[in-house]
Amino acid sequence: MRSTRFPTRADSVTDRVAGFMAHLRLNGMSVGVAETENTLQAMTEINVGDPEEARLAIKSICANDAERFARFDELFKAYWMNDGRVKNRPPKKEDNAPNDGRWSNRSQFDNSSIANAPGSIDLPDDEGGGEVEASGEGKLISSKVINVNKADLREFMKPEDIAHAEKVARRLATAIRDRRSRRRKAAKKGAHLDLRKIARKSVGTGGEPIELLKRRRPDRPVHLVALLDVSGSMTIYARVFLSFLKGLIGTSSTTDAYLFHTQLVRISDALRDGDTFRAVNRLSMMAQGFGGGTLIGSNLARFNRHYAARCVNGRSVVIILSDGYDSDPPEKIAAELARLKKRGCRIIWLNPLKGWKDYEPVARGMAAALPYLDHFAAATTLNDLAALEPQLARLS
Amino acid sequence: MRAPSISGGAPRLGAFMNWTELKSDLAGAGYVASDELAMALYLSLHLQKPLLLEGAAGVGKTQIAKTLSEIKSANLIRLQCYEGLDAAAAIYEWNYQRQLLSIRAAGDGTNSAEIEERIFSEKYLLRRPLLEAILQETPPVLLIDEVDRADEEFEAYLLEVLSDFQVSIPELGTITATCRPHVILTANGARDLSDALRRRCVYSFVDYPSRETELAILAKRNPDLNAHLAQQIIGFVQALRKEDLEKVPGIAETLDWAAAISGLGINDLSDDPVTLQASLVCLLKTQADQAAMPVEVTQRFVGKAA
Repeated sequence: MRSTRFPTRADSVTDRVAGFMAHLRLNGMSVGVAETENTLQAMTEINVGDPEEARLAIKSICANDAERFARFDELFKAYWMNDGRVKNRPPKKEDNAPNDGRWSNRSQFDNSSIANAPGSIDLPDDEGGGEVEASGEGKLISSKVINVNKADLREFMKPEDIAHAEKVARRLATAIRDRRSRRRKAAKKGAHLDLRKIARKSVGTGGEPIELLKRRRPDRPVHLVALLDVSGSMTIYARVFLSFLKGLIGTSSTTDAYLFHTQLVRISDALRDGDTFRAVNRLSMMAQGFGGGTLIGSNLARFNRHYAARCVNGRSVVIILSDGYDSDPPEKIAAELARLKKRGCRIIWLNPLKGWKDYEPVARGMAAALPYLDHFAAATTLNDLAALEPQLARLS
Repeated sequence: MRAPSISGGAPRLGAFMNWTELKSDLAGAGYVASDELAMALYLSLHLQKPLLLEGAAGVGKTQIAKTLSEIKSANLIRLQCYEGLDAAAAIYEWNYQRQLLSIRAAGDGTNSAEIEERIFSEKYLLRRPLLEAILQETPPVLLIDEVDRADEEFEAYLLEVLSDFQVSIPELGTITATCRPHVILTANGARDLSDALRRRCVYSFVDYPSRETELAILAKRNPDLNAHLAQQIIGFVQALRKEDLEKVPGIAETLDWAAAISGLGINDLSDDPVTLQASLVCLLKTQADQAAMPVEVTQRFVGKAA
């Protein structure tokens, strides 16, 4: 948490509330002028003298999602109770960052623009050495040494790959359409009558509905959930797959992405971060343990328990990107996939090893998983992924 | 920032003196609210903003709207969101059958402009919950349940209605609110809500209740239960929530189970393991969860809870 020094001479309630808002912003909570105004107004409705009451009031206005709700009390205490300085850490997320553009502002990757780029680049504070060198001109150069154990995903995400991957991912995402939308749209042909239009047209024909107008259900993109294996055996494919995930995430706000090795991390928010550098930084921090062993079964279990209930349903397509080499017993993969399958989703497993000639799914985990998969395909390069389009289109 | 001028004059739900009064009123009506929730509700009433509640299923998000309408003796209008919810189901729809009949009844003599004006009048309009809520004489409580299930298109439309309190109908013009409903939105994380919606609302996260709170709730809802048994029941449920279950029992399940236990004439949970095990159908709602809680485990919980 970043601490804000309490002003030695706080002037008025307004100043102090404004100061607190700045403190929240500094700690990665996006609060705007509207929140400040509402807080001040709320202050007139409660007994401001009671800190507990003030805390509850400001909390209900400024902490507007579950994560902030949990963090708020600590931040409140640090500011109003003058709790002293706390160790500095980079802001978690600042939604109100001026650039709203998504990953597409890739000009930031050009060396030329980096030198001129305003602002600072936030780095994981406890592992500054070894991964990034800041030379005299202030340029950011990624290290030539590939040290995957140090969780440096910057090495794996290059702007030109991202551009290509975005394109491929978007095409794939649109290829998998959901044909069971419940909304209806006016259309020339369709199964349902558009009574609203018919009634209107009938005015001219004395109430005889002569022209029958139709409505139909439009196709919609499905809800995609991607799980990427970043264990040691998958290291060489990580760059392609990460860019692919980035592209997938960009296609729709309902897309979800997770990384797993021995742990499972949700990376959707990090990938959505408008600021490219910060996104990669956040990813790097999340991928501690990247390049180690894999526990596919345990991670699927974790996914089922914590995330599947709210983000996987009959309209979802779960894409697993893994080579199937697992330290867990194969029965576990099978059991967890069966459980996931019960939610009515479709499961696609993309395995880089399948691309090898004469490959048989020898990894025991993979063999156990096969009966639960709707589609099992090779994917080593972006071109492989692009080639999947017609097959995935047939799935729906 | 006061409400926009359009509806500034429209009557709204009466406010409370202070938030503790609201909290005790809620408790009087059988709803034990946390401080956070009571304050959020109090502020949403005073600042005239929608209240957004998030939390797991079964923690009482919907119930608070019902209780509020009860203590304010206001109407409760509920809009249950689902995937594919559209304007025709949420706001208004024309009564097509009547329109078609009316056109035929008019015969050949009348000109079409007249007919059109008549069939697109309020008489032929079917009001759906959102329109209904803003056209009440006395301000109702409008509960928009599980808003995260509706699509994003609907969320955008909802924002518009909630900020202006007016609805535009192309054939009829703009309908302005005659009152200002108090809006409560609930969500349980089926998808992320937009920042725009979050920022318009006062927010509270409703968690599973603590042991004390849950005891208080049980005492309110089931006052006949003896104190020792109530302690046991809550102890058991609280222990159960810590287990790795597919579906964690909410407050509604606790209340059902307590009712079942007292209905079965059990005075102490440790008396009859077989009946206890059978009664768990009230708490464990999937086959896997039931299989995960064999007699040995439940008896251990009972031992601890006693």
